[in-house]
Amino acid sequence: MTLTLELRGVTRVHGSGHTQVDALVNANLSVEPGALVAVMGPSGSGKTTLLSLAGGLEKPTSGEVIVDGTQLGQLSVGHLAALRRRSIGYVFQQFNLIEGLTAVENVSIPLELDGVNRRDASVAAMASLELLGLGSLAKRFPDELSGGEQQRVAIARAVVGERTLLLADEPTGALDTVTGESVLRLMRDHCERGGAGVLVTHDARLAAWADQVVFLRDGRIVDQTESPKGPEELLDRVVM
Amino acid sequence: MSVGMSLLAILEDGPSYGLQLKNDFEQRTGGIWPLNVGQVYTTLQRLQRDGLVEAESSNAAESQKIYGITDQGRQRLSDWFREPAADGPPAREGLVLKLVMVTRRNRDDAVGVIQTERRGAVQLLQEYTRLKRETPSDGDLGWLFLLDSLIFTTEARVRWLDSCESRIAASGDTAPQRRPVEPATHAFEHEEVPS
Ligand SMILES: Nc1ncnc2c1ncn2[C@@H]1O[C@H](COP(=O)(O)OP(=O)(O)O)[C@@H](O)[C@H]1O
Ligand SMILES: [Mg+2]
Repeated sequence: MTLTLELRGVTRVHGSGHTQVDALVNANLSVEPGALVAVMGPSGSGKTTLLSLAGGLEKPTSGEVIVDGTQLGQLSVGHLAALRRRSIGYVFQQFNLIEGLTAVENVSIPLELDGVNRRDASVAAMASLELLGLGSLAKRFPDELSGGEQQRVAIARAVVGERTLLLADEPTGALDTVTGESVLRLMRDHCERGGAGVLVTHDARLAAWADQVVFLRDGRIVDQTESPKGPEELLDRVVM
Repeated sequence: MSVGMSLLAILEDGPSYGLQLKNDFEQRTGGIWPLNVGQVYTTLQRLQRDGLVEAESSNAAESQKIYGITDQGRQRLSDWFREPAADGPPAREGLVLKLVMVTRRNRDDAVGVIQTERRGAVQLLQEYTRLKRETPSDGDLGWLFLLDSLIFTTEARVRWLDSCESRIAASGDTAPQRRPVEPATHAFEHEEVPS
């Protein structure tokens, strides 16, 4: 089975000498198709760095990033850009919808950039919005949407089309608990349809939506959760 | 007492046998909070003593009695809904004691305990979240409330563990010192342990 994402001994160092920062050190991570993995750590622990490396937005100082069996380090700039557009969807802490475009146009843009004709792209964009319960917002412009609604449109954009790898950096930062939940349900749906996701967050409540949680401290993976337990064991541990 | 109030709330829908009350209680709480039937009977007897419920056939065996809520019971129930519960956190939670005790050992022991407990708490969160995922967002509200409560409480534990870890990091590289025993009055000058 080809892993959707693999990090092999990935290190990212910023600066040098006494200003050197080891943002990520010797990280190993495997994400199978269908899996949602959360990387949990406090501010400055290297979460955003890990995600940028996984998505090919940054290059590792050493080690390898492999997406769908392809080593990113071996790709030309053009091929890397194409793979990013076709296979990887991002949701950032800072969502940036394009101001002059409606929600549905924002969502269809990545498909159009990838050569899908405008009508098909628009249909797929609408489907993605409806999955998020945002169908009624399709014709609105970003400045007519609440922060939470904008964030959800950004998520619809990240999962539109056939993208396998969904990378999310604190995707529910601006949302209340219940709205945030609908976003995580969407991420899970994406994985259940055979995609895969990496969610980075400082919030244990969000991380708990993942199949596996990896703990990051000072750029190092220090711990990870075990495989899921059965329900009987769960009931034994409920303390009232 | 909240079990008693919950039984009153169920009895508001109509009179019921003890066993039926137990089943209704467990059904409303998704089975995550099992009661034994003896506990239900004891609680009903206390409620009866306080005039909050009455048994329709008081001479029958406990399992044959049908209980109903009294007017006083209805009043008490609406007071319960109106007043804040103001339950404090458990006074001596096992995990809190464990961490208080391990600080006197070396730093790595303390960090190790925190890591293990955090992993365990996050795994518990994953299980609760899985149960929530299996419930549609327009599903049984009481069940969702209960799961959310477990989730928020466990999340608070993770945040507390994180803050313990940060305090260890901020306290420098030296192993924590064994402080000499001081007069008890000093004990309360330290910040309270968050729960
Ligand atoms: N471009 C950069 N130059 C120098 N240091 C950086 C740069 N990007 C990130 N860092 C440092 O790397 C560490 C990890 O950062 P980041 O991945 O953003 O953490 P997180 O997302 O967990 O808050 C931090 O100490 C941060 O200051
Ligand atoms: Mg970050």
